[in-house]
Parts: sequence; structure tokens; C-alpha cells
Amino acid sequence: MDSFIDVFNRYNWNEVKERIYSKTAVDVEAALGRQSRSLDDFMALISPAAAAYLEPMAQLSQQLTRQRFGKTIQLYVPMYLSNECNNICTYCGFSLDNKVRRRTLTATEIVQEATAIKSMGYEHVLLVTGEANHTVHVPYFKNAINLLRNHFAHISMEVQPLDEEDYRELTREGLHTVLVYQETYHREDYKKHHPKGKKSNFQYRIETPDRLGRAGVHKIGLGILIGLEDWRTDSFFTALHLNYLERTYWQTKYSISFPRLRPFSGGLEPKVEMVDRELVQLVCAWRIFNQEVELSLSTREHPRFRDHIMQLGITSISAGSKTNPGGYAVEPESLEQFEIADERSPAEMARVISSIGYEPVWKDWDGALQK
Amino acid sequence: MLTIANKTFNSRLFTGTGKFSSANVMEEALLASGSELVTVALKRVDMNDPQDDILRHLQHQHINLLPNTSGVRTAKEAVFAAQLAREALQTNWLKLEIHPDPKYLMPDAVETLKATEELVKLGFVVLPYIHADPVLCKRLEEAGAAAVMPLGSPIGSNKGLKTIDFLEIIIEQSKVPVVVDAGIGSPSDAAKALEIGADAVLVNTAIAVAGQPVQMAAAFKIAVEAGRMAYEARLAKPLNTAVASSPLTAFLDEASMEKISL
Repeated sequence: MDSFIDVFNRYNWNEVKERIYSKTAVDVEAALGRQSRSLDDFMALISPAAAAYLEPMAQLSQQLTRQRFGKTIQLYVPMYLSNECNNICTYCGFSLDNKVRRRTLTATEIVQEATAIKSMGYEHVLLVTGEANHTVHVPYFKNAINLLRNHFAHISMEVQPLDEEDYRELTREGLHTVLVYQETYHREDYKKHHPKGKKSNFQYRIETPDRLGRAGVHKIGLGILIGLEDWRTDSFFTALHLNYLERTYWQTKYSISFPRLRPFSGGLEPKVEMVDRELVQLVCAWRIFNQEVELSLSTREHPRFRDHIMQLGITSISAGSKTNPGGYAVEPESLEQFEIADERSPAEMARVISSIGYEPVWKDWDGALQK
Repeated sequence: MLTIANKTFNSRLFTGTGKFSSANVMEEALLASGSELVTVALKRVDMNDPQDDILRHLQHQHINLLPNTSGVRTAKEAVFAAQLAREALQTNWLKLEIHPDPKYLMPDAVETLKATEELVKLGFVVLPYIHADPVLCKRLEEAGAAAVMPLGSPIGSNKGLKTIDFLEIIIEQSKVPVVVDAGIGSPSDAAKALEIGADAVLVNTAIAVAGQPVQMAAAFKIAVEAGRMAYEARLAKPLNTAVASSPLTAFLDEASMEKISL
């Protein structure tokens, strides 16, 4: 079956990297001056040469975002259902070789967590797990969605990649969005960071958005884990991926996330550091490249940075997140997947959003629309 | 006065509720616009909560709600959502939006026609959002649509009346009101739509995203009134050339001369 891997295989990591790093001020100005931008323009916008154009990029990005999304910021919250995992991933707190107590929420506990999340005002919930196919499998997800669909307007999932038929089934149950980050498009490096477990299968992972598209999932989230490899080259491949998906699965919505590697107990130091200025450049480059894609930012980032970047292209954020299963009500003290940097409560965050002249949007979907 | 189905409207400016910086700004802008028909995305409101933040701000005597189905991808989904909306919001009016393409939000003609047929049978007052396609408009009219809502340009693009030549055909042929929806970027676009005979316009982004949304809403109100007034006053048609001489028909006057020469 046709998939993105055929497109991907036509590109060579080092050549792409070389092309990005050889972009000049002339290329950046040309990209900024155009009505719509190609992948080649995107290369210019994420290149070191564009660093000198950060302010005009930010202004353009802000204007394009407001035109499409208005002055609104959507709010969502992750609900960790399980930290059981059979994968070894060098950067993750849930990695199989990391000695933490494992827990998978029972039906009763899921409802308890849902009640706590609901009382914070949330309508959009993101279900997160590790990869433990014997216990946290499709029937488990199905049950969780059934428990939650009457409480929340919008259900997303960030779990192990599944088969096309599984996604079709879960969508029928009320699943709306699936996030599946490639982590890195550098094949050899991917292998190094995922030495053991199902996740080490690069091709199965890179073809997951194709399976999601064919299954008719409403929205697909893409992203890389910033810090594993050169973020510019990895971002180009993400854009290439999105470009392919938009043309192939034209009825699907897309979102992009920007997770930067965060410290966890016993974890990996970023190989490639990305400073705040560069993350701003990346967010703006994305918006200038693609006006319709949702850009999402988590509580991995610190408050002052979040308050500003929300106005420069980001359209959805999380707040008050717990990254441990049961973190909201069942067992608040258990070990987290990673440390969050912005600990402000959802109510506090909503006040901040209003104070900068934006409307916090809690609900932008309804289960009634997918029946 | 404009009549759609059983309702009459003093204002020919319909508005939307998305993209505002707060519900308060939205309410103020809608009041300044004088709009009597306001569309609300089902996905944005909690239909079961009478204290919903958006709905709460729309509780004015002169404002009629027009729920829309933005987000659905098929006729089947639209019909289901419409029935829920009717029950929860107590109105059988519906802005039918089926745009399965989330990038440009282009309406699906096939699904929209199917859903219109179904919804009319179920007793809905259906206002379908569609491309500026004259034949499709006639088909929707025959299916029982209460009005047609062709686009001026893509939703939220502010590009104005890119489809004007087709809008003119639609207006000429239509037996139901024509509401130009989507793409209207400035009050002059709205005035133009009314001048060419559109019965109303629906404006959202151009108001919500303006520097001063309330003032912009007031500007649209005046522009729509001016456009309609100009239409009713019958615009003088612009002519391309002066009509001084008649080189092609002058021979007719010379005919008698010919006779003489015979």
C-alpha cells in the first residue's frame, strides 16, 4: 500500500541538512514576500539565516494566526491512563528499564480522574499511555472512551501506534484525534533511542499517520522530540510529512506539537540544545508555511515563554497537567513522566489568556458531530 | 424588508460568533451590527447548558439563532447534529455547513444537496452554505432550501467577491433569498454584494478580527444599508463607449440616396 515511506525514501538526511544550512538572507526574504510558501521556503524560514528576521516573522505569524483562528486559545489536558511500558526509550521516564512503580488505571479510577479534570472546566481531554499491549490494548481504550465520552466534548489519544482497523473502531466509539510523534526522522538515531520494544520499528511508526488517515480519524497530530537530533532537519521532514498527508487525506485536520526534551529522574541530556529564540523561530516558520494547521504547546515550557508565544502562532495549550497516571485525584504523589515547567492552574491560565486579549476556548467539538 | 421562510428581517446583515477575543466583545459587536440572525457553531456551545458562555451573550429579543453544523463531513452526520440542535436550542433553523476539507473549508455539493432534501422533509428551515454554483442553487431551491448561501471567497479569507460573475447569475435566477456568505472582507465588499442584488450577507471574520470589532460591526451595518438602498434606487449602468456615430448602421439612412442614383 502507498505510504509516506515512499516519499521519505527519496530524501537524504545529510543533503536536506546541507540545503537548510546553506539558505541565505535572499532566500528568507523571498519566502517572506510570497503569497504562499513551498517546502523550499520552509527550509529558508527554519534556517540559521532566518534568525535575523525573527521580528518580522513573528509579526507575520501573529497576523496570519489571528486571521484564521481569531483571538482564541484552546485548552486541553492530558489524562495519563497507564505508565506500563515494554519499550526502552532513552529519553522517557516510563522506559522499561526505569525502575518506577507501574500503574494502569481501573474503570473506577478513570471516572475519578475524569471528575477531577471536569471540575477544572475541561472539555478536551488527551488520553496518554506507554506501550503495554497485553494490558493496555484496544479493548482497554474502547472501555476508557466509553467511560469518558459523555463527560467530554473531545477525546484525543497519544498511545502506541495501532492498526487501521483499530483506529476505525475507536473512532466509532467517539475518538476524535490521535497524536503520534515520530520523535526523529533520522533513521539511525531513531534506532539508537529506541533500542528495544515495538517502538523500535521505524517504518511501522512513520506509516501510522497513513493508517490514521485511511481509518478516517478526524485529526492527526505530528511532532518530533526536540533535542534528539538537529531540529531544523527534523522539522523539515515533519513538514514534508504534513504536506504529503494533507494531499492524501484531505478530509483530515492536522496539528503540530513542539515538545522539547525535559529532564526526568535518571534521564538523557539533550544532544542538541534548542534555545527559546529558536523555538519562536520554528513556531513562526510553521505558521507562515501553513495557515490552517493547529500549533500546540504543552506545560513543558516555562510561564513567561508561554505567555508570549501564545500570541505568536500557537492555537492550543494544556494547563495544570499531571504526567503520572492518577495524578489528578487517585494518586497525586506518584512519579511523573517528566517535570512540567508551567504549574499554573487551568483557571489561572484562563485568566492570563483573557488578560492578553484572547478568549480561552474550552469547547470546540461535540460528540454529536461524529455520529 | 427581507423575508426568509416565515420570518422577516429589518437587517440584511447576518453575523457569526467565532474568533472574537471574548464573549463580551462579541455581544457588543453583534449589537452594534444590528444583526437579527446570528450563526452559532454547535461545536462551540454546550447545548445542554443554558448558562453556556456564548448562548448567554446572545439572549436579546431581536437576535435569532442560526445553529450551524460546522465540523460534520457527511449528510448523515449533518442530519444527526441538526436534530440534536433543534431539540436543545429550540429552533428549526439551520445553517447547513458540510465542508469535509478542513483546510479551505470548501463545501461538499453532493452531501449538502442530500442533507437538504432530508432536513426539509424533517421540517427544518435550511440555509445551505455552498460554492457559487448556479445549478446547485436551483437544485437546492427545488429541494426546499429556504435560502441559498453561496460563498464570495473561501471562509475567513477576507478576499471579497471573487465569485461575483456567478453570484450575479445566481441572483438573477433564484426564487429564494440569496445570502452571500464567506469571504466578505470589508464593508465595501458587503455594499457591493447588496448592490448587485444579494438579499443579505453573512459576515464574521472581518468583524471579529478587526482592530476594533465593535466599530467595524457598525461600519458593516451602514455599508449593508447603503448597498441595499443603491440597489433599490437602481444603479445607472456603466457604459463602455460613447454613442456618437453609427458606422455600421449609417447606411440605412443613405438608402434613399441609392434609390435616386438608380
